[in-house]
Amino acid sequence: MKAVCWYGKEDVRVETVPDPEIVNPHDAIIQITSTAICGSDLHLYDGYIPSMKKGDILGHEFMGEVVDTGKENTALQKGDRVVVPFPIACGQCFYCRRDLWSLCDNTNPNAWATDKVYGDAGAGIFGYSHLLGGYAGGQAEYARVPFGDVGPVKVPEGLSDEQVLFLSDIFPTGYMAADNCSIQPGDTIAVWGCGPVGQFAIKSAYLLGAERVIAIDRVPERLQMAEQFGKADIINYEEVDSVTEELKTRTGGRGPDACIDAVGLEAHGTGIGNLYDQAKQTVRLETDRPYVLREAIMACRKGGTLSIPGVYGGVIDKIPFGAAFAKGLTFKMGQTHVHRYLRPLLELIEKGEVDPSNIITHRLSLEDAPHAYKTFKEKEDDCIKVVMKP
Amino acid sequence: MEAKTQITPGSIKVDKSITIDMAPEVLYRFWRNPENIPFVIRNIKSVKKIDDTRSHWTARGPVGMKMEWDSKIINDTENGQIDWRSVEGSELPNSGSVFFRKAPGDRGTEVRVIFRYDPPGGTVGATVAKLFGDEPSQQIADGLRKFKQIMETGEIATIIGQPSGK
Repeated sequence: MKAVCWYGKEDVRVETVPDPEIVNPHDAIIQITSTAICGSDLHLYDGYIPSMKKGDILGHEFMGEVVDTGKENTALQKGDRVVVPFPIACGQCFYCRRDLWSLCDNTNPNAWATDKVYGDAGAGIFGYSHLLGGYAGGQAEYARVPFGDVGPVKVPEGLSDEQVLFLSDIFPTGYMAADNCSIQPGDTIAVWGCGPVGQFAIKSAYLLGAERVIAIDRVPERLQMAEQFGKADIINYEEVDSVTEELKTRTGGRGPDACIDAVGLEAHGTGIGNLYDQAKQTVRLETDRPYVLREAIMACRKGGTLSIPGVYGGVIDKIPFGAAFAKGLTFKMGQTHVHRYLRPLLELIEKGEVDPSNIITHRLSLEDAPHAYKTFKEKEDDCIKVVMKP
Repeated sequence: MEAKTQITPGSIKVDKSITIDMAPEVLYRFWRNPENIPFVIRNIKSVKKIDDTRSHWTARGPVGMKMEWDSKIINDTENGQIDWRSVEGSELPNSGSVFFRKAPGDRGTEVRVIFRYDPPGGTVGATVAKLFGDEPSQQIADGLRKFKQIMETGEIATIIGQPSGK
């Protein structure tokens, strides 16, 4: 089959590789009909996530048709059309039973290594480095889906691939980011980053009862989408002296009730802090650039919540923890518990309350993957979200 | 209570715990059959029962290294604890214990494995010490995770044999 393989920094290629086969009794093999590039794939593309190996198949946002199942997988039949959640969860362990699916105990074959780096290991994830399991991803013609009886959700008739594909990651990720804000009536939510996850976080914050959402970015078409698709107020951070001050001004001096960092470890900023992070990250003294995180801590109102869907991978510097302590902030973060949100969000799509396909800007063939990665990374051609067809 | 073992200066000890969502009885039964031990301690290649308490163990290390010894269960508390020790005169004196304790809040069973071995001195000793790899602790932790996976889900997470563009 054809698959998008990683070979190093800014080096992805479409290669012919063997087809996947059933390995474990709960597996399913999916023939992929649509697959997307995620903003977090760019962290791999840029070489910031450790433990990638040459030839690894990328991709964790995919859907398709079931073509084979393991002998214990009675939940799926050949021909079922399904969306696959990006974390792999067993459905049996302490964490799965408590609805904390991305923290599953039993799906990371390399848990021993992750344990050393992070103190414990969460779920395995498709196409996202060997620390997170080393599973072959879904930017390919076929994928093996472990615990295919637990994760994949069947797509009802009448819904297109583009409407449901983002249930695999970014819609639930944006939704959980808003859910983590414990939104109360009257709340103002600030969202840093108007990429796809930011867009869904904005939408979800309103769905969950926010009074107002303020979106922060510097890319004009992304800010425009936040205004039009999300109905957010916007701040172009390159056009204000201080995002923190601007947010205070717009919230009567209080600060936003909750702040969402939908940017993560490759934040861009302005000023001296940004230069500091860029320099340290370049020589790998610091793995992550926590520019947004610092800003959010300073901006958030006392007793407020910081919700972090943006990915962090390692060590960060100069976090104003004293400010976070003094203001009594709550931090909520982590990989998305996609399984928790799949069915309720599918219902919202069915009812027509959200049409996720609105954020797609580029539709390409799988063969175009190298070009698609570059376009997405450079934000060329107003690129916000790429969907590929194998 | 741990099994009493003579600790010599070169002694190596591994002490690892894991919580498994299953009753102590089931887990105890698995461990009470020493022939299952190679599943968790992977450089023990095979264990064959001689009688109810004695068994014959074979371990393999790097570069074809192989050692064999007889081991004996010296303490057996049903659903609570099993201690074993190699019989006197073994090339690689070793001992182990496994403990089962109900986790608080009905969260399954805490399984704790302690495994010790006393490599002989000198160059031979240094080689024998490698029998269980550079990081015996990691090896047993990984074995325990796989044990938990098979008990809780009926399969072991793996990526062996999957496609890659390598």
